[in-house]
Amino acid sequence: MLLRGSIRDNFFYTRHLLGSALAWARAPAAVLNFNCMLILLPVCRNLLSLIRGSLMCCSRTMRRQMDRNLTFHKLVAYMIALMTAIHMVAHLLNVEWYNNSRQGVYDELSTTLSDLADMENTTYLNPIRTTNLQIPLYFAFTSIAGLTGIIITLALILMITSSMEVIRRSYFEVFWYTHHLFVIFFAGLVIHGIGGIVRRQSNMEEHNFTLCKDQADDWGKIPECPNPEFEGGPAATWMWVLGPMIIYAAERLLRLIRYVQNVQYRKIVMRPSKVLELQLVKKGFKMEVGQYIFLNCPAISQLEWHPFTMTSAPEEDFFSVHIRSAGDWTDKLIEIMQKLPEGAQGPKMGVDGPFGTASEDVFDYEVSMLVGAGIGVTPFASILKSIWYRFKDNDPKLRTRKIYFYWLCRETHAFEWFADLLQLLEKEMEQRGLWDFLTYKLFLTGWDQSHADHVMVHFDEDTDVVTGLKQKTHYGRPSWDKEFEQVRRDNPASVVGMFLCGPAALANVLEKKCGKYSDVDPRRTKFYFNKENF
Amino acid sequence: MGKIEWAMWANEQALASGLILLAGGIVGVAGQFRGWEFAAYAVAAGVFVCLLEYPRSKRAKGTSVERSGQYCFTVCVKAFGPLTRNYYVRAFLHAAICVPGGFMLATVLGCVCLGIASLIYLAAAIRGEHWEPILPRKDVRKPVAESIKNPPQNPPPRPPPETRRKQAKDLEGAAYDNPSSVTDD
Repeated sequence: MLLRGSIRDNFFYTRHLLGSALAWARAPAAVLNFNCMLILLPVCRNLLSLIRGSLMCCSRTMRRQMDRNLTFHKLVAYMIALMTAIHMVAHLLNVEWYNNSRQGVYDELSTTLSDLADMENTTYLNPIRTTNLQIPLYFAFTSIAGLTGIIITLALILMITSSMEVIRRSYFEVFWYTHHLFVIFFAGLVIHGIGGIVRRQSNMEEHNFTLCKDQADDWGKIPECPNPEFEGGPAATWMWVLGPMIIYAAERLLRLIRYVQNVQYRKIVMRPSKVLELQLVKKGFKMEVGQYIFLNCPAISQLEWHPFTMTSAPEEDFFSVHIRSAGDWTDKLIEIMQKLPEGAQGPKMGVDGPFGTASEDVFDYEVSMLVGAGIGVTPFASILKSIWYRFKDNDPKLRTRKIYFYWLCRETHAFEWFADLLQLLEKEMEQRGLWDFLTYKLFLTGWDQSHADHVMVHFDEDTDVVTGLKQKTHYGRPSWDKEFEQVRRDNPASVVGMFLCGPAALANVLEKKCGKYSDVDPRRTKFYFNKENF
Repeated sequence: MGKIEWAMWANEQALASGLILLAGGIVGVAGQFRGWEFAAYAVAAGVFVCLLEYPRSKRAKGTSVERSGQYCFTVCVKAFGPLTRNYYVRAFLHAAICVPGGFMLATVLGCVCLGIASLIYLAAAIRGEHWEPILPRKDVRKPVAESIKNPPQNPPPRPPPETRRKQAKDLEGAAYDNPSSVTDD
């Protein structure tokens, strides 16, 4: 389109007035068309879920790309910002030079070209038609392209400044509400090109520019050189963005429908350390392990949807989330729930989802090493419960025979509910005499002298003083070499899957260890590191 | 929206406006546009606004993340005292700075953006926010426990040299009875 658009002969006269700045404006415009088409798609999370579901049979790599949708959205946004800047600078030059041409500042050809359409039976080339009040500013604000261009660039700038990490993380509402300026952006974008002010010559046969360009005085007076006629190209952006705009509108409609669907509270429990557990039931809701949902509570905020990892297993007939106090919205929710009378239903709640790559691979390994760091322990609640259910039901798809679970956190504050879950599993395993199925180790990395003193005093007791579990708490970070050695010793000739939900630095360490302790020999243990993004 | 510090967003917006004003001004001057004097002004104004807005304020609540290398700018901006601390002053200053940018197409966008930043600063000022410098914290060391200041004056008691030599050669003879029990009986 660019080549057709600017180097071809029917743009000769246009280029005479504008030089290469025309190409410099149209190239970013083409890129902008493409990027504005792309930018709406990664935020259609239901569409992505649909794609992910249909890719279940295909590679996991493809499915995992769906989880990086926000990164992609941001990259496209950066590109839009860059291209807008180039486009704007090029058009500043264009308008200035058109303006100068109209004022007769340049050569005779330019003046003649700019004068066209002042007489009857001719079409114009230079979109600046008036000769008085000749400032580029006037043209910008009185032409559709100029006015829409300025408005949508302003909208873009406001969207970008309110999307900076500082603002997004701390004042989410400012980001979310300002980001809706995208409606103005797309509306303006679609009508931006309606004016057809990029002109090309339409009578190439009658008026040959190579012959006539030096005889500007005689145009219209001699038969070989009638006046050149020009036409503008139609607006093309709508062809690019219409599809995604419809898809996005459908996405918002779907969220609205989901929001209206009935969600019942099965149980509301206040856990220690201001953690709220909600057990919800919704018709037709199906989840997989490790997925997350978005919750919306109109009593707190009409427009906000917040993501929470689910802590229940798919085998249960409800789904649950554990919500920690972490900001305005969660604080208000906990406050509302605390004021509820016993057994009452909670406030209206909208649920969107489930989203996220299902961590199905956990069930495929004979031996699994699961590492949860800090808040990363949440998806493992779902995973451990699911594994236990499948084990009890002798699910043939479950190949796991042994699980090593490593829980790393600075302090167990706000995770007592998880310790309770482990306790429950511990009891159930005891009842069935299955001591060995699950081995878990808790590592408190934030211990101090008072901790140590407390432990020393209660050294002899059967259960751990911190968690109440049979297995004792370790202090400090785990020595991964020791852990890997132990797993290798206990499970010769097994394939061990390692799953981590935690910081990237830890992922690097563990990946290296997996490589170090794996053996090519099939009779020896092999470790596979799964870069899961829960 | 109760806990929003508008000044944080106003700061981002003003910094962006400064850059846009600067860019528009450079284009206007380099292209020798009509009214390039306004563009030249915009270059200077843009640089000034960027320098003023680069150091982020300390947040009233929560952790403040400073921009890389902002310490020097913080010191400069802090030196102006109440002029830079007060957001009313900033709001009116930005409103005044942006006006000449509105006379030329190349700088009009910077003008409007800065105007919006000025309005947000006004909102921040009305809510009582002000600019606080982010300065490196001097870590207060825990006061050293008293016992460290008075080390023991004498070495621990040791048997006389003859007995020590005997211990090295004759382990049986070196053994002695503990005054108290060391086992868990």
